Amino acid sequence: MSAAAATEATLTSQEYIKHHLTNLTVGEGFWSLNLDSLGWAVFLGVVFLTIFRSVAKKATSGVPGKLQCAVEMVVEFVDDSVKSTFHGKNDLIAPLALTVFVWILLMNMMDWVPVDLLPWLISLATGMDMADIYMKPVPTADPNITFGLAGGVFFLIIYYSIKVKGVGGFMKELYTQPFGHWTLYPINFILEVVTLLARPLALSLRLFGNLYAGELIFLLIATLGLYQLPLHFLWAAFHLLVIPLQAFIFMMLTIVYLSLAHEDH
Amino acid sequence: MNLNATIIGQLIAFVVFVIFCMKFVWPPIMAAIEARQATIADGLAASDRAAKDLELAQEKATAQLKEAKVQAASIIDAAKKHEAKIVDEAAGKAQVEKERILATGHTEIETERNRAKEELRAQVAILAIAGAEKILERSIDAAAHSDILDKLVAEL
Repeated sequence: MSAAAATEATLTSQEYIKHHLTNLTVGEGFWSLNLDSLGWAVFLGVVFLTIFRSVAKKATSGVPGKLQCAVEMVVEFVDDSVKSTFHGKNDLIAPLALTVFVWILLMNMMDWVPVDLLPWLISLATGMDMADIYMKPVPTADPNITFGLAGGVFFLIIYYSIKVKGVGGFMKELYTQPFGHWTLYPINFILEVVTLLARPLALSLRLFGNLYAGELIFLLIATLGLYQLPLHFLWAAFHLLVIPLQAFIFMMLTIVYLSLAHEDH
Repeated sequence: MNLNATIIGQLIAFVVFVIFCMKFVWPPIMAAIEARQATIADGLAASDRAAKDLELAQEKATAQLKEAKVQAASIIDAAKKHEAKIVDEAAGKAQVEKERILATGHTEIETERNRAKEELRAQVAILAIAGAEKILERSIDAAAHSDILDKLVAEL
């Protein structure tokens, strides 16, 4: 630790922040994977599904246990949100919303893990110098992860638009809105495609921006020396708001976009 | 922002997780919740029904109680009337008996008096003769003076 601390001390705060914002990456160019983001994302997804699956397996309609109660509260909250927004019949949207909500919530919660804790533990376990350890444990602060999520939602928007309205209906929607005259159809198309693409982009960038900023501020506070403790506490307390809110917004907008895709104009 | 193949990895994970959730997580939990909701709804309906039943039973009990009171009152009334009748009858019988006993007594007394009178009459005759004998210091032929004696007896 003393060696690691000495190395840390030689880093300027700029280098320290940059170091912490670098992913653990394998591969070259586009064909590389951010092992930390993806690993934590998959791990947290598996944690979510393991807990919920274990409850689902022994779910009783009688008196539920405490864990089942907690899981049912989440499920009912998501179900109410879906039912208040989406009025069609679709077996995918509610489980999709549940997955999105809980998974993003868990990934956002990684923001509460102290920024140096994981590198320090790894250096203790492996004896590596902390300067060589790259670990960015908040998956939603990685645009790749949020783009991946929003991309999935985007494909579902396209899929349901075509499924409900047909290819012709979908194309008609792209060309004939918002202006009715045929001379304006090209302009309509440009506007509608921008609207369509803006949805997943806004969805992913909102989540990424919030969590990246949160992570960045934690790193800035971490460079302050002893004063960081109350500030860390304040910023973490503020994230009690940000973390569930961002998960909820992502879920709600997913539902809204998919219910828009189901609407026939 | 270094976009790379992580997007594809995340997309695959997303699809797998959503499918798993849709197939193995959501349906059993939802089924349990809905079954419980049905049970609770049934229970509430049953308790409503029970409350209504209770109300009905109470009304019925009140009505029966009222009826029983009326019946009891009528029974008591009848019993009182019956009692009065029995007392009256007994009193009547006693009166008759009393009169009969009185009548018997009177006759007996009358007979006894008559008998005593007869006896007295007979004895008065004897006493009269005895008295007369003493006065006259001689015997009187009862047969000779029987007409006087008879007259005397008749006067008594």
